[in-house]
Amino acid sequence: MSQTDVSPVVRVEHIARNYGAVKALRDVTLNLHKGEVLGLVGDNGAGKSTLIKILTGFVQPDEGRIFINGQEVRLRSVTHARSLGIETVYQDLALVNELTVYHNMFLKREKLLTPLPLLNNRAMREQAREYLNQIGVSIPSVDSLVARLSGGQRQAIAIARAVYSNAKILLLDEPLAAMGAREGALILNLIRNLKAMGEVSIIMIAHNYAQVLEICDRVNLLQHGAITLDKPTAPGLLEELTDMVMREYRNGTPPA
Amino acid sequence: MDNKVLTTAKAASEKAQGRPRFWSTLASLLLRRREVSVFIVALVLIVYFQSSNQAFFSQPNLRTISQIVAPWAIIAAGEVMLLICGEIDLSVGNVFALAPFVMFFTYQAGLPLWAGIICGLLVSAIVGLFNGLVTVLLKIPSFITTLGTLFLLNGLTLVTSQGFPRLTPDEGAFNQVFGNGPYAEILWALAIVLLMQIILSYTRWGLHTIATGGNLLGASETGINVNRIKIGNFIVCSVFGGFVGILEAFRITSIDPLAGGTGVMFMAVAGAVIGGTSLMGGLGTIVGAFLGTLVLAILQEGFTLLGVSAFTFDLILGGAILIAMILNVRLQLLREAGRQ
Repeated sequence: MSQTDVSPVVRVEHIARNYGAVKALRDVTLNLHKGEVLGLVGDNGAGKSTLIKILTGFVQPDEGRIFINGQEVRLRSVTHARSLGIETVYQDLALVNELTVYHNMFLKREKLLTPLPLLNNRAMREQAREYLNQIGVSIPSVDSLVARLSGGQRQAIAIARAVYSNAKILLLDEPLAAMGAREGALILNLIRNLKAMGEVSIIMIAHNYAQVLEICDRVNLLQHGAITLDKPTAPGLLEELTDMVMREYRNGTPPA
Repeated sequence: MDNKVLTTAKAASEKAQGRPRFWSTLASLLLRRREVSVFIVALVLIVYFQSSNQAFFSQPNLRTISQIVAPWAIIAAGEVMLLICGEIDLSVGNVFALAPFVMFFTYQAGLPLWAGIICGLLVSAIVGLFNGLVTVLLKIPSFITTLGTLFLLNGLTLVTSQGFPRLTPDEGAFNQVFGNGPYAEILWALAIVLLMQIILSYTRWGLHTIATGGNLLGASETGINVNRIKIGNFIVCSVFGGFVGILEAFRITSIDPLAGGTGVMFMAVAGAVIGGTSLMGGLGTIVGAFLGTLVLAILQEGFTLLGVSAFTFDLILGGAILIAMILNVRLQLLREAGRQ
């Protein structure tokens, strides 16, 4: 692994996690640098979601160390991880269909009419509208219920919410899953906008290698609970990835 | 892209129209706001009963309706909060019976009556806490948890009272405020409905309650303490049950170990469902539930006035709940179809 002069935003060292007899993660070491979009690929059950859940503080690792901006941390809870600027957008979408877009944007960090314990809906509505415009997410209205939005719009709102909450490290779990080409383009465009702003560093889990290579600066391949490839995006990487995964299918066992 | 979606949606709605605009506006209003349709049903019932019996709008009759609806509406206010976060409390009607006995025994022990009320409400809160803890921590469905506490509390009330009713202590003006005054109970009910609707629509607690019921996993992933929300709403529901029991004890001037029970609980749940609350969680309003219980109270009193038997009332109630539930599901499908 190459040494860098600046400490990475996230460094994960020799992480392991078991669920009973199942070794979800055996030994994972991974770096995420500032402003970078890192693609995390691998087969179902390779441990991608477990790794993300550990970085979110939702699941604690059995072994290994985590560094955020060079500082070693033990991520105790989602709230703790969030206080360090780590936000996750799960594939199962944390949005609440029964609430409006702006209430979803501000869920758990609502603005109040202090000193009254009442919601400041006007401020939340205004700020949500302004911010969504700024990062180029177009929806009919911030007043619409999330249930009325399309899949791509919902995913965009979920990502926007995470970034708006001052996320420095954004974890995207399958942001393009079950999405048509046009909807997917909406999300890729949003990620591109965020990358251009340079404020957030992103780890993105995906199945579609072509899309990963289109948007990511670097790709890590997770196979049977360990990182087996870590390379910057370059011509030929797609073939290499496909080749490694095909070999995994043929062997059915973890590579040595 | 937006334009295209817009034009297809427009074409679809034009195709579906063909009716005058007023009706389509009304239809979309009814689709969106369930309270409006329940309110209209209540109005129609009032007009019908008034036209068939002039006594319907008389002062004594309105008072009777207010006394029927108040306990249901207060319990429904708590029950809706629970239903929205995806839970239910079947035991609330038995907290209703227990709380005034707690008040009575503390009063008998020499404490002032107001302290008795506080003790009654405290015990109610503890029951709610117990329901919440068992449901959330031991992961027992609340239907089962509260079915257990339902019988448990009923037994407890019967054992401690030895099955005998007691006379409610009388402290004059105090009793007037807490249910014995002619419109005291309905005023409490309206205040509670208003307060809870504000909490539901305009506070963090309300927002998090909807989020918990609408998307449990998602809500907890955003960092909402969903267990705390659920337990809190169990306590709210239970405290309202106890409070209504105490109000009724003052109104009736006696404390009956068999008061409340499943009857009042089911009327509250029925009112909530008719008022648009979904048993799946995430959807519902306190005002809707109030209107739902109001419709039930108008029906009950209207039938009594017309001399229709109580058996018929149950027939109508059953039908109303089924129709309301079917409408709920159908309207949901319609809303989803009209999305895009």
